[in-house]
Amino acid sequence: MTALISIEGVSKSYRSGAGRFIGSGGDVKALDDVSFQVNRGESVGLVGESGSGKTTLSRLLMMLEQPSAGRILFDGKDIATLSSREVRSLRRRIQIVFQDPYASLNPRMSVHDIIAEPLEVHKDVVETSARARTDRVVELLETVSLGAQHLYRYPHEFSGGQRQRIGIARALAVRPDCLVLDEPTSALDVSVQAQVLNLLSDLQERLGLTYLFISHDLGVIRHICDRIVLIRHGRLVEEGLTETIFTTPSSEYARTLIAAMPDIDPETPWGP
Amino acid sequence: MSAALEAKPRRGARAEAFARAAYRFRRSTLSVIGLGVVCFLILIALLAPIIAPWPEHVLGATATSARFRPPSLTHWFGTNELGQDMLSLVIAGARVSLAAGLAVVILGSVIGTIVGAIAGYVGGVLDDILMRFTDLNLTLPSLILAMAIAAALGPGLTNTVIALGLSWWPGYARLVRGEVIARKEEQYVQAARAIGAGPVRILSRHVLPNIVSPIIVKMSLDMGFAILSVAALGFIGIGVRPPTPEWGALLAVARGYMPDFWWTAIFPGLAIFLAVFGFNLLGDGLRDVLDPKARR
Amino acid sequence: MALLEISDFALGLTSYEGEARVLNGVSLSIERGEIWGLVGETGCGKSVTGLSISRLLPSPPARVITGQIRFDGEDILRLSDDAMRKLRGRRIGMIFQDPTTNLNPAFRIGVQMIDVALAASRDKPQLLGLKGGEGAGVRRRAARALAIEMLRRVGIEPADQRIDDFPHEFSGGMRQRVLIAMALIGKPDLLIADEPTTALDVSVQAQVLKLMTALAREDATAVLFITHNLGVVAKICSHVAVMYAGNIVETGAVKAVFKAPQHPYTRALMAAVPKPGVKRGGLEGLAGVVPNLQTPPPGCRFAPRCHLAVAECTAALPSLRSVEAGHGVACIMANPSS
Repeated sequence: MTALISIEGVSKSYRSGAGRFIGSGGDVKALDDVSFQVNRGESVGLVGESGSGKTTLSRLLMMLEQPSAGRILFDGKDIATLSSREVRSLRRRIQIVFQDPYASLNPRMSVHDIIAEPLEVHKDVVETSARARTDRVVELLETVSLGAQHLYRYPHEFSGGQRQRIGIARALAVRPDCLVLDEPTSALDVSVQAQVLNLLSDLQERLGLTYLFISHDLGVIRHICDRIVLIRHGRLVEEGLTETIFTTPSSEYARTLIAAMPDIDPETPWGP
Repeated sequence: MSAALEAKPRRGARAEAFARAAYRFRRSTLSVIGLGVVCFLILIALLAPIIAPWPEHVLGATATSARFRPPSLTHWFGTNELGQDMLSLVIAGARVSLAAGLAVVILGSVIGTIVGAIAGYVGGVLDDILMRFTDLNLTLPSLILAMAIAAALGPGLTNTVIALGLSWWPGYARLVRGEVIARKEEQYVQAARAIGAGPVRILSRHVLPNIVSPIIVKMSLDMGFAILSVAALGFIGIGVRPPTPEWGALLAVARGYMPDFWWTAIFPGLAIFLAVFGFNLLGDGLRDVLDPKARR
Repeated sequence: MALLEISDFALGLTSYEGEARVLNGVSLSIERGEIWGLVGETGCGKSVTGLSISRLLPSPPARVITGQIRFDGEDILRLSDDAMRKLRGRRIGMIFQDPTTNLNPAFRIGVQMIDVALAASRDKPQLLGLKGGEGAGVRRRAARALAIEMLRRVGIEPADQRIDDFPHEFSGGMRQRVLIAMALIGKPDLLIADEPTTALDVSVQAQVLKLMTALAREDATAVLFITHNLGVVAKICSHVAVMYAGNIVETGAVKAVFKAPQHPYTRALMAAVPKPGVKRGGLEGLAGVVPNLQTPPPGCRFAPRCHLAVAECTAALPSLRSVEAGHGVACIMANPSS
């Protein structure tokens, strides 16, 4: 297997506290020398609690921010050295699905406009005519098991699960290689979560996608990921195959998290 | 498989949003009264040439034989020092005052939105410069500033509107800047940035459409005060001048004939009061309905 | 008589579309010392049930259609607002989802806790270890001592110093502990906790919930724990009630219900939870959404989403029937076990 994304010694610090005018507070290290790889076609779970740096990492991958140190390679190329044209084409190849399906869709845009937006932004490389874009949007709605009858409705008319499908369709619009899934099911009911997880694994199989699945829910991670990367306070704690980590965790932190995961059996013990 | 089942009973999106808003609005009696008053005034303004009983008086015709007639069946609001029918003038004044108020608010909101959107979206030093300039404008009472500008430009309807508009924008700039900064952090804006959308697209498609509501609320709340300010400039003689039948200008003339010929002042004054009152109630009602912060 | 006895409670909520029966004949009885989990999808009426018990729903738009809510024998729907307010502070405690909005940022946490303790001790001076009739200073000192003890019990150390901190000086998990301490300081008879840990990390969630239930057990406090997390219910609750579209569809001891769920909705919820051994893509989702309660489907409200539904299901709303001692199911398919 070849690495699609390679995180090499990445750190990211933020200036804390003080504003622009008054000196500087201490730097806060959101990420500290993190390295791991995501191979083509696999799904890697990035697990961490609040303040672990997982959100920072996703922002770096989406090129919304630059790392303070280290490199991020996509397909073997350092993304910091890319020309602006290459950055645009990279933005097409890596797409994100957000956690909150209520906040991540613009309430004033129709489903058609939401899903067509990435196509419009990248119209130099993908579907060029408005007609072709609409056809593609219909195709995408079917891909995520929503029908073309939803084309001109607005986000508030949909349930949480349907909105998340719209978010997934938007991410798939420009035919990316890789999806960053940022807690895509944590705002959903368990009944709906199951459908979205099924859809995601089905899409991965059909389209050969690579997933970086960010979550704090180990039950979901265990279900959908081949490998797990566990981070805490900005540092990598443990990395390995999913089943290996669940059956023989080597770090104390992994053991704590696994013990804190409530299964639905009322008779097994719970808690660290 | 699940899609068909998940579909909710359909109503047009806009129709539904409207029904929802209308429901919330109707629950407040004061808002409905405000809406009624404003609709009444707008109707009068639109139909002014038709419903004014003495339209030739509005155009400048005088009837010196009928000066200072008190209110009667022929002249409901009495007549002025030129024998003109006050009712006709007040009705014609609705058109002038409402249009002037609207123009002031539009001019102010457009300038303010541009300044605020740039400051909020770009941030950094540009934000600092623009907002300090805005603060500077805010420290001067807008009416005083408008008086200075109006005095420099000279009297007249257009100059009044320009003067007030130029002193009206800082409130909008602050409002829009705050909203833009808040919207900028919304996930759907982050989503657009992740797609690769540029700043123009993000501002025009994702940020501005979502802050229209608070701007409209502020505009409707400001309308009353704008009409009042137009009247104030007219009243002190640096705004609209007679014979243009603006309410403030009518008052300015009437000032000399108080209290003997009270009707020449009372009716334009009542008209101003009614407009300010109506727009304020309407604005409050709209705020309850439209402002996302008041929602939920 | 149970501590809390909800019988055939129906509640209407009015929106621009008209009135919807969001609770449609809910019956539930909770004894002292029991910890009840109230589960179901979003929009099933879980939170509305909790708010109805504490009478925190503004009316209108809310309107009681039928039924009673008896707390310690008294119908709280008939209490005056003033009597209800006293009951809320002193005998019914509440914890809500977001810990940041429930503490006043302007006051030290001690001040807020002492206020609650003082209010609660007005009826029960023994709460502060007093006989009643003492001066304000004595009572205040005793209330402060109690607040420190409560903070210590929820694991906030050093409690005698942290009591003088402001809410912003605590992390999210710590704040939620403070809220638990505050909700339990008056030794309420009933605690209503609405998703109290959804905002917390998994490792903290386990600690906080175990703590909450341990404290409740010590004082024989009844708990109504509202959540969508079936795993948490399995771990901390003694009983569970499953809600669907304004009805309780299954109720009973956690062990009985989770070991042998009878209602198709309960089964579907449990099947949807990812478990080791389920192949990727092989989870059983539950198609469809909770129906619009303005126009609920006829008969069993779950029938349109139920894969076992037959024509008979749409005839009438099934009522809870006992399938074994203390285990009720509202489904015509459910069979009493032998």
